[in-house]
Amino acid sequence: MGELKLMKGNEALAEAAIRAGVDGYFGYPITPQSEVIEYLMAEKPYERTGMVVLQAESEVASINMLYGGGGTGKKVMTSSSSPGISLMQEGLSYLAGAEIPCVVANVVRGGPGLGDIQPAQSDYFQSVKGGGHGDYRLIVLAPSSVQEMSDFVPLAFDLAFKYRTPALIISDGLIGQMMEKVELFDQMPRLTDEEVIKRHPWATNGKPVRGERRILTSLDLDPHRLESHNWHLQAKYKTIEENEVRFEMLHCEDAEYIIVAYGSSARIAQKSIQLAREKGIKVGLLRPITLWPFPKKPIDELTKRGIKGFLSVEMSAGQMIEDVKLVVEGRTKVEHFGRYGGVIHSPEQVLEALEQKIIGG
Amino acid sequence: MTEEIIIAGFGGQGVLSMGKILAYSGIMQDQEVSWLPSYGPEMRGGTANVTVIVSDERISSPTLTAFDTAIILNQQSMDKFEHSVKPGGVLLYDPNGIIHHPKRKDIIIYEVKAAKLAAEMGNTKIFNMVVLGAYMKIKPIVKLENVIKGLKKSLPERYHKLIPLNEDAITMGMNNVTKI
Repeated sequence: MGELKLMKGNEALAEAAIRAGVDGYFGYPITPQSEVIEYLMAEKPYERTGMVVLQAESEVASINMLYGGGGTGKKVMTSSSSPGISLMQEGLSYLAGAEIPCVVANVVRGGPGLGDIQPAQSDYFQSVKGGGHGDYRLIVLAPSSVQEMSDFVPLAFDLAFKYRTPALIISDGLIGQMMEKVELFDQMPRLTDEEVIKRHPWATNGKPVRGERRILTSLDLDPHRLESHNWHLQAKYKTIEENEVRFEMLHCEDAEYIIVAYGSSARIAQKSIQLAREKGIKVGLLRPITLWPFPKKPIDELTKRGIKGFLSVEMSAGQMIEDVKLVVEGRTKVEHFGRYGGVIHSPEQVLEALEQKIIGG
Repeated sequence: MTEEIIIAGFGGQGVLSMGKILAYSGIMQDQEVSWLPSYGPEMRGGTANVTVIVSDERISSPTLTAFDTAIILNQQSMDKFEHSVKPGGVLLYDPNGIIHHPKRKDIIIYEVKAAKLAAEMGNTKIFNMVVLGAYMKIKPIVKLENVIKGLKKSLPERYHKLIPLNEDAITMGMNNVTKI
């Protein structure tokens, strides 16, 4: 068993970055995410593993530092909260286009605009539908506990490098600020320069002795070549959709109704389900762990099984519900419930919405 | 067993650290724990609160509206959380600075004069540990030995010499809690 600690979600993410053998973290402080860079600065990983920790001059600078560092095949990471992540969208589009692996963490807060500093889940569209320009996707992982804030860092890097694409970890102020028991994984070594060269033949880490010059760019002025590049990207995204869907199902075996919720809403919904079952309401939870690729198959199977209704619970005005509806295709009822702008719904409010919108509605 | 607690008071009273010690003690005895503070503008305004859950099972929602126990350390928190105690639940408070005392009849109310006791012990900083002691007497969910273990683990080495004082404060709280 690994080391047990009581940690904030943000701290667990930072510690996991060190232990995952990350080469460089480039970030800019913003509430409710600042503990990530604070923890890294206090922990001095450059003394532990040689990992670089740098406070960039802005979020725009940090995402472009990921382009540079990731382009050399190094494991690089940044984190921010909603307004900062918005600033990074151009960079993310370039990273996706140039197929540079990296990990970005978003500890979401209320919006739009500068918004507030309380938890929200209103960056779903930005995360899974693009955010930046062009036909690209990010692999999006949604932790719902402090343990997963730790575990998803190495997972995000594995996926990012396996598919040469940026991966996003999306949590929120609640997961970031709360403390829970976390079992830390053992320190993984950082790759040596030789190992990086051997493992990542695409990386631009010096003039190759033989073979062609390597260029990482998202620019190609020949539309036919750019279309081929897009075909290649789409084929890659299809492979990811086929192989990397992750989700969790709780109390679904006998369920007549399903709550679909991710991250902190999934935690709140578990309490609502407990309260509902005490009243004899058979309701289960489907928790998407990857928001993209979205778990379409389990929703389709549940629909075929005759589920009487889905309630999409999210701290937003209703974003993920669109993806649920795309799978259900009108075969059964799909409704949304959620507080937003930094307000967290209570387990009782979720239960009430289930009773009114799905069961009674 | 699942115990859902809210601890609420002024910033600087040690509300958050008391919750942290409780959570650490839970880990020491192999339980699941969650600790969710109020943060942001609310906290900067002077009041602080923390939701702590200690359970034998996987914890569902870390954010709650009804609690098994409310530990209340100022009037604002009394106004806000007296009605959040589940029927049959426990409300523990320090009467110091309380103008409107709790009125509910369907909960069990305890008081501990922690501010006074801590002052008598010559160190107002151990106030929160007196309160913790009172709570541990009412609800022996975490064992004293595990609290000490938790303190050792969460405090930097240079503060370990203060552990015996904290232990005394806990005992003081345990011996001076009264049911209203």
